[in-house]
Amino acid sequence: MVDQAANSPLLKVDDLRTTFTIPAGDVKAVRGVSFSLDRGRTLGIVGESGSGKTVLARSVMRLNLGTNVTTTGTAVFEGTDVLTRSPAEMRQLWGTEMAMVFQDPMTSLNPLVRVQRQVTEHLCRHLNLNRSEARQAAVDLLREVRIPDPETRLRSFPHELSGGMRQRVCIAVALACAPSLLFADEPTTALDVTVQHQILNLLSREQADREMAMVLVTHDLGVVAGRTDDTMVMYAGTVVEHAPTASLFADMRHPYSEALMRSIPRTSLPSHTRLAAITGRPPDLIDPPTGCDFSPRCPYVQDQCVNEEPPLVETDDPTHRLACWTPVGSPEARVAFEKNLAAGLQQAVAVDLSAAPSSTGGVDG
Amino acid sequence: MGSFIATRLVRLVATLLAVSFLTFLLVNLLPGDAINALIPIEAQQDQEYVAQVRAEWGLDDPMLVRYGKWLGDAVRGDLGDSIVTSRAVSSEIAHRIPVTGELMIVTVIFSVLLAVPLGVMSAYREGSRLDQFISGGAQFALSVPGFVAGLLFIYVFAMKLGWFPATGWTRISNSISGNLMTVTLPALSLSVIEVAVYTRVVRSDLVTTLKEDYILSARSKGLKDGFILFRHALRPSSLTLITVVGLNIGLLLGGTVVVEFLFALPGLGKRLLDAIFQRDFMMVQGITVFVAMVYVVVNTLVDLVYLVVDPRIRKAD
Amino acid sequence: MDTALDPAAPTEAARRPWIRRFVSKMPWTTRFCASWLIVIVGAAVFADLIPGLADPNYQGFLFGDGVTNEGPSLTHFLGTDNNSRDILARIVYGARVSLIVALAAVFMGVVFGGFFGSMVGFVRGRTDSTVMAVVDVILAFPGLVLLLTVVTLLGRRDLVVIATVIGFLSIPPYTRVARANALSISRREFVTAARAIGTRKRTILFREVIPNVLPTLLAYAMVNAAVIILLEGALAFLGLSVEPPTSSWGTMVNASRVDLQINVWPAIWPSLALVFTVYSLNNVGDWLRRLRSVRSAAL
Repeated sequence: MVDQAANSPLLKVDDLRTTFTIPAGDVKAVRGVSFSLDRGRTLGIVGESGSGKTVLARSVMRLNLGTNVTTTGTAVFEGTDVLTRSPAEMRQLWGTEMAMVFQDPMTSLNPLVRVQRQVTEHLCRHLNLNRSEARQAAVDLLREVRIPDPETRLRSFPHELSGGMRQRVCIAVALACAPSLLFADEPTTALDVTVQHQILNLLSREQADREMAMVLVTHDLGVVAGRTDDTMVMYAGTVVEHAPTASLFADMRHPYSEALMRSIPRTSLPSHTRLAAITGRPPDLIDPPTGCDFSPRCPYVQDQCVNEEPPLVETDDPTHRLACWTPVGSPEARVAFEKNLAAGLQQAVAVDLSAAPSSTGGVDG
Repeated sequence: MGSFIATRLVRLVATLLAVSFLTFLLVNLLPGDAINALIPIEAQQDQEYVAQVRAEWGLDDPMLVRYGKWLGDAVRGDLGDSIVTSRAVSSEIAHRIPVTGELMIVTVIFSVLLAVPLGVMSAYREGSRLDQFISGGAQFALSVPGFVAGLLFIYVFAMKLGWFPATGWTRISNSISGNLMTVTLPALSLSVIEVAVYTRVVRSDLVTTLKEDYILSARSKGLKDGFILFRHALRPSSLTLITVVGLNIGLLLGGTVVVEFLFALPGLGKRLLDAIFQRDFMMVQGITVFVAMVYVVVNTLVDLVYLVVDPRIRKAD
Repeated sequence: MDTALDPAAPTEAARRPWIRRFVSKMPWTTRFCASWLIVIVGAAVFADLIPGLADPNYQGFLFGDGVTNEGPSLTHFLGTDNNSRDILARIVYGARVSLIVALAAVFMGVVFGGFFGSMVGFVRGRTDSTVMAVVDVILAFPGLVLLLTVVTLLGRRDLVVIATVIGFLSIPPYTRVARANALSISRREFVTAARAIGTRKRTILFREVIPNVLPTLLAYAMVNAAVIILLEGALAFLGLSVEPPTSSWGTMVNASRVDLQINVWPAIWPSLALVFTVYSLNNVGDWLRRLRSVRSAAL
């Protein structure tokens, strides 16, 4: 039993679909995502806002609220499908088995409740600790997440702490009952740049020390680089590229991944270099386009992209999965790009412009 | 924190001064010379008598002087004497406070006790049949004025069923059960609108709170819904409820006038109406100022309660 | 995302006349309430032209052709009151009082309150604190008590006086609502932009601030009109609204409560008229507010 559980993946998500029903129609936020995650491994989910990455994380945790949400597919966690569990069974999992660190530490702590109670209330419930044991556990936790003077901090209200401190408290809350899977949903987006690294390092260290699996959701490719074992790039509710992080960065195949990469500001480029934004808007999730979802914004678009949806398949490297007809660097892509540039297609021209200064040595305005 | 209280107290005194001055201005500036209330028009032929009465009541002094005198007396608890009964206004008010006070307290307690569970159920099951029923009911109850509700209650519970007396008041010192019998229908009549207002406030506030990240984060810790609802969600909403109860004291005070009139209760509102019909301007002025003061003081207290409940304000000194 | 907002692609819904689109979004209760409001306003405005509607002040029993407290009949659809007057006619004419008072309150509130509030919320400074101090003092009085005092002290109680007093007392709450909105609007980028290009303050106030305050104010007006009608009802019930024999719903309820044992209907009909009118205003007002908040959330 134990051996079997150890061999099978901790979390195996298969064809997960989440739909929000609103008056305007059905918003298909997640559209058939499959992946698996082994114990103690880390997965980065990257995509721009609205790509479905947060909804995916919340769907797996069954935290999407409201009567207008439907989730189908399976999400097998430790041998059972969480999507079929009752709310009471989920409450047994939450905190003890799977936990989440939220995006904004300003709003994810109750402003009217002291830190101590927020850190300990689920300890008491899940581990049956008494008050003084819970308090000692809280002190240990705060010390572990490097909060100075934990005894005093426990008596504070959230507004008395800085943003970084608050996120440390949130991490302490999530780690309190030693979960085997931690979702970190854009844990650094709301923080100062200087604090971001500390928080990410803290998460990595805790993940390694506890041999805990972690899903790191972010819009920033730079965050996952070097921190996660695997990276999954999401666009419009689907996975477009999924590979071990190292090989993804070494060999980026999907035009969207490439575009994300290009839109990271770089200090190595000459100043006043035009920042390469991705042209166009994400597609309408109520009525998604036929063919590839990225085709309206893709510089390598060709007829096949508009008409046929590319499946997510293994490339020559079996660990590298990709959904694209014209992978970056392929001859087809080069031909399509030249054609699009000649036709004056907006996104191709934009890519050509932003590529120009760096290749010609930056003789731009 | 200390300076916050000090600021509030200074503002309280300033508002009370302004309120008393406005009342004084109203009563003294509007058409209808006070002398008409003191002496019947027919008797005003006697110029000498009129002049004597005017001097006696200080009607010939400049208005600010009269306000100063009146205020000086008022601070010492002397709001003047009734023109009609010659009794001290302040003692008449004191005599009637227990009736109106009890009516309001019973109404607020009953309404809060009913509205909080209704609002919580409604918000927790937002969009459900139950929510639609409660919200719709609250919207309807909001449209039923106290006198309509009161008349209906009198007709059903007093006239048809005979459970309660239709009118009158038994003081709590005379008979507790008798007092309960006489306070029930008036308080119920006042509660109809109050319950509706509170339920809507609790619901809408809780609906917003339940969408907050910290509720999601509490759920992700595996806490029970009931625990989250009462320990995490209701606390911020209770702040809003306290404010609304405070602000609604004004509406309630107006409501007591109508209900005391309908049920013939010897309260402050009934006394105000009597004074209005008798053109007893000292009484009108006294009661109006008193009622406005109660309103202002209650709202200052509400602000101070915030201080106790909300740590963010306690800190922001 | 929203194709309805895309001018290039007019959808089926967008081509229909706006009023039909508007109505089609209403739940059935709101449609019913809106219809009731139209009926009651129409009846009040055209009361003199309604064929067969009795004279609201004709006391049949004085002339031997009527009975007091009569039940519904063909001549008196809702029966007669304790002065043998036709209840339906008195309700229709009573609607006039309620509506005129509500209109006066909304008009004065929106025009004066809206202007003062938008202005002080925009210019801030000493004007703001002075105006708001006055507003706060007036709002420190419980509404009905202040109204009672003023109405009594004025001595005269015809429709013009009542409507003016209630209208005047409506200015402060509108001022407060308008100011709160103007404050947040004045911080928005388009106002800053207008300032930055050197637009005159008065132009910004009338072109940018007030047009943006107005929709909120009108949604508030709907709910406020309901409150005002209740207030006038209470005043009339106390016998302190428009002098008899002019009929007002509150006056009718008060007059018939002495005969409650004999006949309860003369008290019930005007109560129903009052409750349904207020309910309709609340319902439509709430719906408008929801519509607005949904729209602003969608943008």
